[in-house]
Amino acid sequence: MSGPSDFQPTNPALRWIERRLPIFGLVHSSFVAYPTPRNLNYWWTFGAILSMMLAVQILTGVILAMHYTPHADLAFRSVELIVRDVNYGWLLRNMHACGASMFFFAVYIHMFRGLYYGSYKEPREVLWILGVIIYLLMMATGFMGYVLPWGQMSFWGATVITNLFSAVPYFGESIVTLLWGGYAVGNPTLNRFFSLHYLLPFVIAGVVVLHVWALHVAGQNNPAGVEAKTEKDTVAFTPYATIKDLFGVSCFLIFYSWFIFYMPNYLGDAENYVPANPGVTPAHIVPEWYYLPFYAILRSIPNKLAGVIAMFSAIIILCFLPWLDSAKTRSSKYRPLAKQFFWMFVVVCVLLGYLGAQPPEGIYVIAGRILTVCYFAYFLIVLPLLSRIETPRPVPNSIADDVLAKTGSKAAPMVSTVIAIMVAGGLLVGGAQSAKAEGGEVAPPAQKWSFSGPFGTFDRGAVQRGLQVYKEVCATCHSLSFVAFRNLADPGGPGYSTAQAAAFASEYKIKDGPNDQGEMFERPGRPADYFPSPFPNEQAARAANGGAAPPDLSLITKARSYKRGFPWFIIDFFTQYQEQGPDYVSAILQGFEEKPPAGVTIPEGSYYNTYFPGHAIKMPKPLSDGQVAYTDGSPTTVAQYAHDVTTFLMWTAEPHMEARKRLGLQVFVFLILFSILMYFTKKKVWANAH
Amino acid sequence: MTTASSADHPTRRDFLYVATGAAAAVGVAATVWPLIDQMNPDAATIAAGAPIEVDLTPIAEGQDIKVFWRGKPIYISHRTKKQIDEARSVPLSSLPDPQTDEARVKSGHDQWLVVIGICTHLGCIPIAHEGNYDGFFCPCHGSQYDTSGRIRQGPAPANLAVPPYQFVSDTKIQIG
Ligand code: FES
Repeated sequence: MSGPSDFQPTNPALRWIERRLPIFGLVHSSFVAYPTPRNLNYWWTFGAILSMMLAVQILTGVILAMHYTPHADLAFRSVELIVRDVNYGWLLRNMHACGASMFFFAVYIHMFRGLYYGSYKEPREVLWILGVIIYLLMMATGFMGYVLPWGQMSFWGATVITNLFSAVPYFGESIVTLLWGGYAVGNPTLNRFFSLHYLLPFVIAGVVVLHVWALHVAGQNNPAGVEAKTEKDTVAFTPYATIKDLFGVSCFLIFYSWFIFYMPNYLGDAENYVPANPGVTPAHIVPEWYYLPFYAILRSIPNKLAGVIAMFSAIIILCFLPWLDSAKTRSSKYRPLAKQFFWMFVVVCVLLGYLGAQPPEGIYVIAGRILTVCYFAYFLIVLPLLSRIETPRPVPNSIADDVLAKTGSKAAPMVSTVIAIMVAGGLLVGGAQSAKAEGGEVAPPAQKWSFSGPFGTFDRGAVQRGLQVYKEVCATCHSLSFVAFRNLADPGGPGYSTAQAAAFASEYKIKDGPNDQGEMFERPGRPADYFPSPFPNEQAARAANGGAAPPDLSLITKARSYKRGFPWFIIDFFTQYQEQGPDYVSAILQGFEEKPPAGVTIPEGSYYNTYFPGHAIKMPKPLSDGQVAYTDGSPTTVAQYAHDVTTFLMWTAEPHMEARKRLGLQVFVFLILFSILMYFTKKKVWANAH
Repeated sequence: MTTASSADHPTRRDFLYVATGAAAAVGVAATVWPLIDQMNPDAATIAAGAPIEVDLTPIAEGQDIKVFWRGKPIYISHRTKKQIDEARSVPLSSLPDPQTDEARVKSGHDQWLVVIGICTHLGCIPIAHEGNYDGFFCPCHGSQYDTSGRIRQGPAPANLAVPPYQFVSDTKIQIG
């Protein structure tokens, strides 16, 4: 289809180049004159969306690498510094982290679209297999990228996934050691993952070129599943497909921005805001949502090697799809049975994803096994069988006939499917969240926070009072090491002036040095200094606190969460509720009971807390009424203290939250207007085609 | 593309395309800015560049020290009478970058020369007390500076820059 082009630039300079390197002709034949079936629906725009996502990920990734430090001791902090100090660092990080999810979201739609319309069938087998290779590379890249922030989930995800290879007979241990570059996951592992995470996207880009090449040789499939025969069946890629793709992209950007600006942590795991700790495994290791179906398959098989094989086969089997399904009719539109099984398969995948996030016990294991069987049965039994027994409905003679046959009324199924997918996606993600914090705890009551919702801002008074509570109470045990005194004067913070921040800093003694004599010395704090830690090191903190080191509080409101449960996690997506952390912190501060309820015993040196997982907390009741003297007349009650200090800690966890929401509003207004413009432009352009 | 429909409503069609194109251009420009601005110094770097105080008491006459401010070496020289006289006796017209010595020091503290120790040629660090002018000599391409840090010979185009500073007391300066 894209043979040698007879395209000739008119400009003599371009013609000079063209004679020597026919690049304009290549671009023209591939992206301008290239004929595309005229009946493509919006599911086909996901190819363009994926190209855009790859570009976004590479661009933001290269930028983040300018600021990131791939070292086990510094990685976590460097990510926080990107978010806090780099200009627009929070935006770039959100774009990259949410971008990974959007990339997978789009690739799953793209794959299911290919599955439904038979895009893997002759002559597009190589095109399809290249796609599976891209998908595998994406999984590897996504996994290694998730390791880089070096939080708890990063570390333990890396441990669990690399240990998959230990299932290999005889060489397993050696392979794993080779992957780690040490006796356990550690700094060498992080370093090589960083290197590979930087490399693989470019490999993906290379395979994408092959993918597009193969596409342009075979031509695009289309909803009717019949090949384009005459000129009447196709339209030129530019402007028709280009404008349609761009409209699809702009709509997708709205969806993407919802996460970037309003729900940046919805798709992540609170546990990853806890720095990696090789000594403590989180209660539930849950991979990113896009791996969950395969994780469920892995866990369904009670044998280690068999589980790993099953998991990899679940992906590799896609490569054989063109031969497993030998039906002549491509599009499931004309295959009544295949269509039904397709939707069942989608449901199986979503349910597997849900199970992947649940604890591997009881009913979940049984359900997981049944669904694993269903998953493989679809490829190994249903599709081969259907290709033999199913009588397809007649397909249209040509694409032009297909277009004529249906006038209008094709938006409705698209809309309902989009809604179904959103709900399914919510189920997956919510399932991932709900796997944490369980075991009979009382859910912290949801509170009203000034910073919640799309227009939320920090209550300045509360942040200032919270700082006072932190300074007078919490700071005796808890560090706040990501916050500098200068931050107190930052816009969107407590609202102090630079001079006030400097005065606040000067009240602290900061260890500095060595001086010219090689000695450490103390000096008054400066705005650039960070809040000093109450203990010189973790061991000292542990020793002074009955064996439990008080956690750093800078990120605590993002590092804690609790189970929201069905259907809340779906509703939360739309209401932007994401204050689990603040609710939890505030509840813990107020949840102390003098005496444990009857029948509950609390170990020596622990205290009963209603909301703490397991109820036995090592921290004694920190706040009591009247303990901190407020100067602004606010009530000096535990409830007020808890509210204020939580507000303060939300600010320390996310100092640019106000800027994020403000920019989000602007972006939303722009994108919606732009999409409307694109819609009419697209209509106008396509008016010529009909 | 000239089509039948464009002939019917040329202005409306053009307006829609122009509006969409303009919106796209605005969107791209607004997206590009954060991608560029992130390369500017981050807040921590800027905060670390706050003014510093330097105690001058340990520097004997004829000696100098090198301190760092904003990642740059700053030479603080305690000049001798001879060095000051040398610097002040040169006719301005013979200088490539004419500037009086008085303009390069704080009056009343004429013995103190504070300059950024970065060669104005291509950024190497000149060595103090070397070269033909008893000032600074840059080993990279041979620029020579005098006791006032002014360029006298070699490829450098300008005098060593004087950083912003002031005397907090007779024996203490604040740079920045
Ligand atoms: S850098 Fe000093 S002479 Fe070239």
